[in-house]
Amino acid sequence: MSMNAKGRPTKPETSNISPQFGSALLQEEGLLHEVGHCDKTGVDMEKLSGRTSRLGYLERSEATGMVGLSEPEALRHYVRLSGRNYAIDLGLYPLGSCTMKHNPRLNEKLARIPGFADIHPLQPTSTVQGALQLMEELSHWLLEITGMQTVALSPKAGAHGEMCGMLSIREAILAKGELEQRRRVLVPQSAHGTNPATAAACGFEIDEIPANAEGRVDWDVFCSRLGPDVAAIMLTNPNTCGLFEPDIRKIADLIHEHGGYFYCDGANLNAIMGKCRVNDLGVDAMHINLHKTFSTPHGGGGPGAGPTVLSSRLADFAPVPFVKTGKTGKLQLVEQLNDAPDSFGRMCAFHGQMGMFVRALAYMMSHGGDGLRQVSEDAVLNANYLLARIKDHLSPAFSGTCMHEALFDDEFLKGSGVTTLDFAKALIDEGYHPMTMYFPLVVHGALLIEPTETESLQSLDAFADTLCELANAAKSGDQERFTQAPVKAPLRRLDETKAARHPVLRFQENLQNT
Amino acid sequence: MRYLPLLDEDRAHMLKTIGVDSVDDLFTDIPKCARLENGLDKLPEHASEPCVEQHFSELAAKNINAGSVPFFCGAGAYRHHIPASVDHLIQRSEFLTAYTPYQPEIAQGTLQTLFEFQTQVAQITGMGIANASMYDGSTACAEAVLMAARITRRSKCILAPNLHPHYAQTTRTLTHTLGIGIEQAATAIGADTDVMQQIDDETACIVVQSPNVFGEVIDLRALADAAHAKGALLIAVNTEIVSLGLLKSPGEMGADIVAAEGQSIGNSLNFGGPYVGLLACRDDKKFIRQAPGRFAGQTLDAAGKRGFVLTLSTREQHIRREKATSNICTNSGLCTLAFTIHMALLGDVGFRHLAKLNHQKACDLADQLSAIDKVELLTPMFFNEFTLRLPKSAHEVVENLAKRGILAGVPASRLFGEGIMDDLLIVAATETNSDIQLSQFATALAEELS
Ligand SMILES: Cc1ncc(COP(=O)(O)O)c(C=O)c1O
Repeated sequence: MSMNAKGRPTKPETSNISPQFGSALLQEEGLLHEVGHCDKTGVDMEKLSGRTSRLGYLERSEATGMVGLSEPEALRHYVRLSGRNYAIDLGLYPLGSCTMKHNPRLNEKLARIPGFADIHPLQPTSTVQGALQLMEELSHWLLEITGMQTVALSPKAGAHGEMCGMLSIREAILAKGELEQRRRVLVPQSAHGTNPATAAACGFEIDEIPANAEGRVDWDVFCSRLGPDVAAIMLTNPNTCGLFEPDIRKIADLIHEHGGYFYCDGANLNAIMGKCRVNDLGVDAMHINLHKTFSTPHGGGGPGAGPTVLSSRLADFAPVPFVKTGKTGKLQLVEQLNDAPDSFGRMCAFHGQMGMFVRALAYMMSHGGDGLRQVSEDAVLNANYLLARIKDHLSPAFSGTCMHEALFDDEFLKGSGVTTLDFAKALIDEGYHPMTMYFPLVVHGALLIEPTETESLQSLDAFADTLCELANAAKSGDQERFTQAPVKAPLRRLDETKAARHPVLRFQENLQNT
Repeated sequence: MRYLPLLDEDRAHMLKTIGVDSVDDLFTDIPKCARLENGLDKLPEHASEPCVEQHFSELAAKNINAGSVPFFCGAGAYRHHIPASVDHLIQRSEFLTAYTPYQPEIAQGTLQTLFEFQTQVAQITGMGIANASMYDGSTACAEAVLMAARITRRSKCILAPNLHPHYAQTTRTLTHTLGIGIEQAATAIGADTDVMQQIDDETACIVVQSPNVFGEVIDLRALADAAHAKGALLIAVNTEIVSLGLLKSPGEMGADIVAAEGQSIGNSLNFGGPYVGLLACRDDKKFIRQAPGRFAGQTLDAAGKRGFVLTLSTREQHIRREKATSNICTNSGLCTLAFTIHMALLGDVGFRHLAKLNHQKACDLADQLSAIDKVELLTPMFFNEFTLRLPKSAHEVVENLAKRGILAGVPASRLFGEGIMDDLLIVAATETNSDIQLSQFATALAEELS
């Protein structure tokens, strides 16, 4: 069996048990390029006039090689494929750090109003005053929730928001003439991979700080790493172990005293809305994943949106474009770098993820200030309830209560011959999406469970029962149930080693079924 | 509250099970000085569905949407017709409410469509392979530059003068921190091929957009040859992907990496986002190893059945952390799905027809507009977008025509700032423009200029 760097198996043992597909409700479906045809189309268009093109020798002479489908064939292809996906609407999706909560359909409806979906980013601002007002309202809510000075709306996902925050910090350091000197960014070992990747992309060196035995930043190590060459700390709070960093204010004060900045990864904002404001924790910059906390759908990997709130120390360095109120009271867009002399630059072609702004604002207004606080309380309550229900059967990584997610290590599987991966795959056969596995890196064989506030008590109880039953089965030696899992999914375990060693990244006629 | 399933009695039972008296006992790690005793009391209280809907309808009513008027804006975002089935399919719960496909056994829907998407992107760009998407065309462009620098181990990057200025700025912002030196001559129609003179032995890449920001179609072949002669790469940028239905593909003309905006297929204008960045490159190990973002790849399951997984992830942040090729994690998932469904419906036949139709509409419009006294067409070789010189400020003309209910295009000054090209207007036409709309625009412009 091949393993990756974290000891996670990547090549399954072969087996000939295969789930039964090809029945009425579990249809097999070939690849688009097998079911389609190069002469087919599912779109009718106006006839061509026969006018010759202006393009001469730059005109395409060959077909693209793509295939097409008529509309009925297309519907069938994609509906059949959709049946091979797990989704929140099907069941609990306890991916820690991902906040897989319910996606309200009102938000989908509103995002499709032509007044939002069918407006162009460069049409005259006099014709998009409603859109600019929406951006201002979204900003107002985000700033009320966080207490920060300003918000940059253009970042397109969490990692892009991290970039926005770190580039603002870099620009502030540059303005003080300290860029040569401040090279180091402190990143806890428990950080999400995007944090060190972002700091590196901004040209900084990464200095990793270990976690202490309680899963928090090791205070003594943190203090020992401070110095005049430190640019910033990137800290997730609540952290990726599902714990609030109780020393956070002290950490902020100390990093500020040393002339550095505090970047907070806001992926876990869902735990603290209405309970505290990050500005009061001393944060200088924080991205907010609208696709986590504010329920915009994950869509199988995006799109997201990562508005980034900035403290008064960083506000002037925010990227273009941004909205401002003109002299006549009309809203305007500041798009030119010349009009924003301190700005660190531009992060993307246009104004950000408007489609996500509509959904997130609708989510916030639906909940109101009172509901958002309730969201955080219920998210934390749900996680702690689940923790309480299963803690005697699995092995919590840390003692005590947690925030919105609970972290376990693989101690409870010791001697069973069952790995974290096996355990996760067995959950699939029980009808659940597995939790986040092997992250964070600070505990062995991590299992990170985040139920979110949109799970009912009944749903949590059923999940807890399943987890306990599985843990007991593993301990009682029913190893096959785990190492062979899943057997009830559309496919058995997939060979990741083969995929990486002999990459097949597009359809090739002669490679069918090999 | 309609989205929260817990009842008060549930909460009481749960607190008891946990062994605490109140929910606040779970928040005691928050420093006392930072606790919000009164919550978010400055924000309004929760609101019903009709209340929220009412507010958004009012906001939307303050915008003029493209479909309600004769509409000719482009410059990096284009209005095309999206078949009804596309939006229906992407709203299926199983696609819409799934996460990134980290558990391939129960994410084959997403993974197979990504594989099909990658195939289509590779086919239209004429490149060996494509990744599973970037945020948008501009960030794809920046990532392509970083990729080229890693492949060539060089740090100089030359941007063509007529690369979309937002792409140029994004690229500068996202690459200068890694010591990439960006050179770009002043924008000027017809000047893109001048970059050949700037290429030297330190050059990692040249970045050339075709059709460029003014709509000019560029012959990339000589540029590719010039770059390759010095060991540099050609990054071809495309902001109107429909053009590839009619133009020779960048791959055929020698591009090494393609960075493109895929919004035109399957995705609405959305005031600038979400869109879908396309990144394609040569099928070469050295390229693939340095590529940013995710790839879906084909493999077998334990029973020997074909399936798909996210692969080559040793390039990515979750494995490589600070040594990753990019920090990107979440990409444009559902927008790629919209793209691939729309493209599957079009097929090769439909895609090429669509491109021709766009070109014809634009040719008809250019004929009518350039026939107006003192209006000059500056870009004779275009796809569906062209640039006009007007006898007065293009900004003023656009504002005045907007008042008459015509969105007449993008003044160059909106992109480049005022002062240098105030009389230039960038105009796009697509299959969504009726012939009547074309003549309405021509009539209004003639009146405005008379
Ligand atoms: C803790 C944490 N930080 C950052 C990110 C990156 O966010 P995104 O995927 O939106 O770029 C994630 C999510 O994947 C995360 O869980």
